Amino acid sequence: MPTKPAGTLYRGREGMWSWVGHRVTGVVIFFFLLVHVLDTSLVRVSPEAYTSVIGTYKIPLMGLGEAGLVAAIVFHAFNGLRIIAVDFWKKGPKYQRQLLWGVLALWVIVMVPFLIRHLSIVFGGH
Amino acid sequence: MASNVIAAPRSASMKYNRNKGGGSKFEMFAWLFMRLSGVVLVVLIFGHLFVNLMVGQGVHAIDFGFVAGKWASPFWQVWDLLMLWLAMLHGTNGVRTIINDYAEKDGTRMVLKTVLYIAALVIVVLGTLVIFTFNPCPLDASGVPLPGGFCGK
Ligand code: HEM
Ligand code: HEM
Repeated sequence: MPTKPAGTLYRGREGMWSWVGHRVTGVVIFFFLLVHVLDTSLVRVSPEAYTSVIGTYKIPLMGLGEAGLVAAIVFHAFNGLRIIAVDFWKKGPKYQRQLLWGVLALWVIVMVPFLIRHLSIVFGGH
Repeated sequence: MASNVIAAPRSASMKYNRNKGGGSKFEMFAWLFMRLSGVVLVVLIFGHLFVNLMVGQGVHAIDFGFVAGKWASPFWQVWDLLMLWLAMLHGTNGVRTIINDYAEKDGTRMVLKTVLYIAALVIVVLGTLVIFTFNPCPLDASGVPLPGGFCGK
């Protein structure tokens, strides 16, 4: 039994899915950052501790993980700017849907060159 | 199912109370902070990712010497410090909102937020110390440089 009405003002479509995406990516980035500061802090343990732990990250699987993380960040960043535009720009609410297509277009424009470069570094041997 | 219907905002049955008269302004500042920090974080994080993943050998180049090279410069120290503080405050506030949205019991909400604030505090303090106490040439207990460090020349 739900304790509150399970209703929502969102009716699916772009507005709701961009919100879901923003929320999920925000949480993912947050948990990444907690771990990221911990692994960076190994530079205070010893040079070898840091370099060897970072070394274990340099495998193709982690390379794909980094690609996923960057994909999440780039979406969250551009969609965050869209939220700001909707809040502060007079015509923002009217064009929120077009702005979302702009976000997705920019995301593709950034991700394609990023993936080409990053994946060729990761899979290109060393 | 009737209980699932929510009145549209601005309908006569709902009154908007936008903090009229002296209530706490915390939520308004938090809202504004999310937007201001967001704009700055775009620059800081995109710059961080570009320098660490795209330039030169990309991820292959990252090791102790890479970090030592960056933190030898106050520019990157300040960059990373700002990024640490803004991203952690922004992320912690965002997760606080999410906890408020989904944790319905007062007790659950309080426990989750306490854990969140402690974790955030530990990470911000640790990250800040790491940036400012970084030593390119750390010594072991008997004063001998640890292998892999950069000890002059
Ligand atoms: C890259 C630049 C970023 C921009 C432009 C940005 C922008 C935003 C904006 C505008 C909001 C909406 C706040 C609201 O609805 O009142 C938000 C929410 C959020 N952000 Fe960011 N953000 C960025 C980076 C980050 C980072 C690095 C993290 C994690 C450490 C993060 C985690 C979150 C979380 C958890 C939320 C709450 C989501 C929700 O309530 O649904 N963001 N962000
Ligand atoms: C896979 C992508 C990433 C890689 C390879 C990476 C790598 C690094 C490296 C090598 C450092 C050491 C210092 C420096 O280079 O400036 C560092 C520090 C840092 N990074 Fe990243 N980073 C990544 C993504 C991110 C993201 C997405 C964020 C923000 C949400 C972030 C936030 C930070 C912070 C705050 C520090 C300073 C940590 C401290 O104070 O100890 N990084 N990162």
